[in-house]
Amino acid sequence: MPTVSVGRDRLFAALGKNYTQEEFEELCFDFGIELDDVTTEKAIIRKEKHLEEETEEDEEVIYKIEVPANRYDLLCLEGLVQALRIFIGIDEIPKYTVSNIPSESMLKMHVKPETSLIRPFIVCAVLRGITFDEVRYNSFIDLQDRLHQNICRRRTLVAIGTHDLDTIQAPFTYEALPPYEINFVPLKQVKSFRADQLMEFYKSDLKLKKFLHIIESSPVFPVIYDCNRTVLSLPPIINGAHSAISLKTKNVFIECTATDLTKAKIVLNTMVTMFSVYCERKFHVEPVEVVYSDGKSSVYPDLSVFSLEVPLSYITGSIGASLEVSSLLNKMQLRAEKSVSRDGNSIVVSVPPTRSDVLHACDVMEDVAIAYGFNKIPKTKPASLKPIALNQISDLLRLEIAMNGFTEVLTWILCSYKENFSMLNRKDDKSTAVIIGNPRSSDFEIVRTSLMPGILKTVGHNKDHPKPIKIFEVGDVAVLDEAKDVGAKNQRHLAALYCGANSGFELIHCLVDRIMEVVGTPFVPIGDNSGYYIKRSDEPEFLLGRQANIIFRGNHIGTFGIVNPEVLIIFDIPDPCSFVELNIESLWS
Amino acid sequence: MAEDAILGFLEKNEKIADSGKFASNIGIDHNEIVNVIKSLHGFRLVDAEDIKREKWVLTDEGKSYTVAGSPEVQLFLAVPPEGISREELQKKVDPSVYKIGCSQAIKNKWLEMGKAQVSRKVQQVEDQVKDLLLRIQDGEVHAVDQGDIDALKKRKLIALQTWKSYSLTKGPNYAPKRKKVATDLTREHLQRGDWKDLEFKEYNFSAKGQPAEGGHLHPLLKVRKQLQMIFLQMGFEEMPTNNFVESSFWNFDALFQPQQHPARDSHDTFFLQVPSTTKKLPEDYVERVKRVHESGGYGSRGYGYDWKREEANKNLLRTHTTAVSSRMLYLLAQKPFAPKKYFSIDRVFRNEAVDRTHLAEFHQIEGLVCDRGLTLGDLIGVLHDFFSRLGMSKLRFKPAYNPYTEPSMEIFSYHEGFKKWVEIGNSGMFRPEMLLPMGLPEDVRVIAWGLSLERPTMILYGIDNIRDLFGHKVDLSLIKRNPICRLGVD
Repeated sequence: MPTVSVGRDRLFAALGKNYTQEEFEELCFDFGIELDDVTTEKAIIRKEKHLEEETEEDEEVIYKIEVPANRYDLLCLEGLVQALRIFIGIDEIPKYTVSNIPSESMLKMHVKPETSLIRPFIVCAVLRGITFDEVRYNSFIDLQDRLHQNICRRRTLVAIGTHDLDTIQAPFTYEALPPYEINFVPLKQVKSFRADQLMEFYKSDLKLKKFLHIIESSPVFPVIYDCNRTVLSLPPIINGAHSAISLKTKNVFIECTATDLTKAKIVLNTMVTMFSVYCERKFHVEPVEVVYSDGKSSVYPDLSVFSLEVPLSYITGSIGASLEVSSLLNKMQLRAEKSVSRDGNSIVVSVPPTRSDVLHACDVMEDVAIAYGFNKIPKTKPASLKPIALNQISDLLRLEIAMNGFTEVLTWILCSYKENFSMLNRKDDKSTAVIIGNPRSSDFEIVRTSLMPGILKTVGHNKDHPKPIKIFEVGDVAVLDEAKDVGAKNQRHLAALYCGANSGFELIHCLVDRIMEVVGTPFVPIGDNSGYYIKRSDEPEFLLGRQANIIFRGNHIGTFGIVNPEVLIIFDIPDPCSFVELNIESLWS
Repeated sequence: MAEDAILGFLEKNEKIADSGKFASNIGIDHNEIVNVIKSLHGFRLVDAEDIKREKWVLTDEGKSYTVAGSPEVQLFLAVPPEGISREELQKKVDPSVYKIGCSQAIKNKWLEMGKAQVSRKVQQVEDQVKDLLLRIQDGEVHAVDQGDIDALKKRKLIALQTWKSYSLTKGPNYAPKRKKVATDLTREHLQRGDWKDLEFKEYNFSAKGQPAEGGHLHPLLKVRKQLQMIFLQMGFEEMPTNNFVESSFWNFDALFQPQQHPARDSHDTFFLQVPSTTKKLPEDYVERVKRVHESGGYGSRGYGYDWKREEANKNLLRTHTTAVSSRMLYLLAQKPFAPKKYFSIDRVFRNEAVDRTHLAEFHQIEGLVCDRGLTLGDLIGVLHDFFSRLGMSKLRFKPAYNPYTEPSMEIFSYHEGFKKWVEIGNSGMFRPEMLLPMGLPEDVRVIAWGLSLERPTMILYGIDNIRDLFGHKVDLSLIKRNPICRLGVD
């Protein structure tokens, strides 16, 4: 994205309002440009020279503003100010006029056929009665530079030459000649150079050497003469010193030579529309006739407006809001009128020469949306899917635990009453378990309230499996809950077990830490409710002295420990086991 | 040292005929020599042939006689020339010496054992047994004749010990000095820089590598994950199914399943003792459901029976996830209509006898689409889309009965392996008697299908007993071995 540097105070003076930086940033944001940097001229120089000096109070503040790459009209202060003044509603859209001059008194540019060998196109225009001051003059030069950098693709496609018309005499000729036939004093030099020597000379010029390749290898160089054979310019390299413009220049002759005619017209239009504001007759531009050797001729600049018929339904349908389209478009320098050709449901948009970026109705639609404000458009939501967090988190935790070397088992939700209570050394206080009324066998008497029986049964049935056995399960248990319509609810639990030659208690402890780590919970001192801590416990299914509760943000969510050897015997497990079980529903929120 | 000795000897000699002799010649323990031989043989520096060898060794008893003399001699010496009474003699010697000594001395005709008195028959004896034992102990077996050996063996004073020795010749990789072969590249090798000169011991690639120590996911849940992906790719949203306990109302009545339906028998459904009943139902909707069961409405005749609230209140373990679907559709009907595509994969419970293919609990996969103007063609289309992603593209549909869908279609797929059509699921359009009482607009239709997660998984992993896949009797090795699930991938 191109960046335009403008003096803050001059910008605000031109906008007629002293904005705070925040206000101005807000305005830029809404319009679709961006205040990229706030600096000063001296700071820029200091930065270039890598100096570190104190900032002085009186330095002029410079705003570096990033503009869209297709808005050439915003590349100078004049264009920015105009666009913003119209956007905030204090200016009307300007109407640009090509002065009505009889053909015979119109300035002429004759094009020689040889130019087609190197740079076939030229377009020209005149700004009459312009008043420069230093600021305007610098802006005029800067705009040429920025156009050269952007749309002109470093002068390969288009090169701009500006001349003091009062120093030269029409008719002009655009020719292509062998370099040794061209002699002139170039800008900023005092002696005359032959064109081929000049090319050699510029090879050491930091600014110009990068443009030499455009014509260097051509047998003929493009060159523009006036009727006295005064060289106006050697495009796209350098102008002649003779016709150089100055602060005192009143009438400016602008020529753009090009390999791309469309871009040449856009560049010329941008130059003349932006600076015709300083002409005696504001927004008036004097035309120049370009005459080809075959007799064909064209008059430039072409400041005609481009008309585009756009159905209102297209605009409102695309934006998703019904809007006052015409007045919104006026804020974007686009004049809109109701179409007469259709049944009043279309508008005819007049695109001014400054808005070469408008190609299609969609560009118009976008401007309506910008003028209305993207952030005011009522939002509508396309259909989308919402995952179930509980299942997503369960799956992510399952992966983490498997990555810790545990193998997943999937056990039954139903079990016998004994397995859920007495075999685990637990007592039923009748407040937790969902009990089946008509079990076909004792295997299905109760909905598990813990994953422990299933896991222990799995170990008991896998006695021959090589040790250690490291298994886990993530699954639902059910508990009574008066708050639910049916009087019970599911709870997602996670359980893991280690069984080997030793208890593996520390491994299970480490797994607890790992689970908490992946959940993103810090380990905190006992009593601190901002993370998790481990506290000795006294549960009958575990061995006394080797068991602890897991306290997560103040809530007891699970227990781990060495399984009580009495329980191991009941489940027919000959090796020591450590086990952890926790409720994972509270681990995120 | 032993290694140098063996390799050095073989450098100058053709063969080591007997490692045992070789060991005793060079004065190294034979066991040590054997270890070196095994290692050298492994690297094929030597070829080794087993020699099975036998050797007479003294038993503990035999050993004791080499010190104290044979019991018969001990006994003889205890008898003074004038004779001695039995009692006296018994007192003078050890009971075992007395016992063995008596029988041998009598056999040798050395002593006269009278009833009271014991007297010498000869005046002096030689302890031949002791001499023989000493000779055997010193390895001079060849100097002992076979008769003596048999006699000593019979008296359990000597025993034959078999042991292995080897005869050695140069192997194909023979070198007078073994080059150190490495089994692994170590940090020390890199630090010393001698890795360039390393020769590696040949690796046995016909054996598998070490077992991995990583964790493993359960195959059934791997399949579940892929099915979730398929549903999501098709734009289906997951329903919350974490409620095993359900009321008969949502499980049956809301689905227009009459209260006398056999599925509602206790033979098929787990009813609950605790919590036995549901306390809260949306009353106006319950009233509409009651009416549609009893007398119809919405263009239906109804079932024409007395609908009982107590039946609807009975709690159970959900028999299908469609209980959740009915709750979700009811919720959908309470808001301005928006089309939905829902799925779930979760546990359901049936009070059935357990066998190779049935468990009291299994996982149901369910998909449903709720939209205006859906057709049977849409259902068939979405089923083709879904099942072809599971690799089943050849489908056909059989008319079937289901109380809450009409039409109802059983889904059959042609199994290329079995060369026959197999039933893979059920489907249908929910009845208006189910949807309209919920409050859904009249032109909204719901198409749905269901299948079990276990069956496709069993086919996929070649498991024919469901208890090998799911539950506590599953072999952990099976969980560790099973491959990744590529359903929906190719």
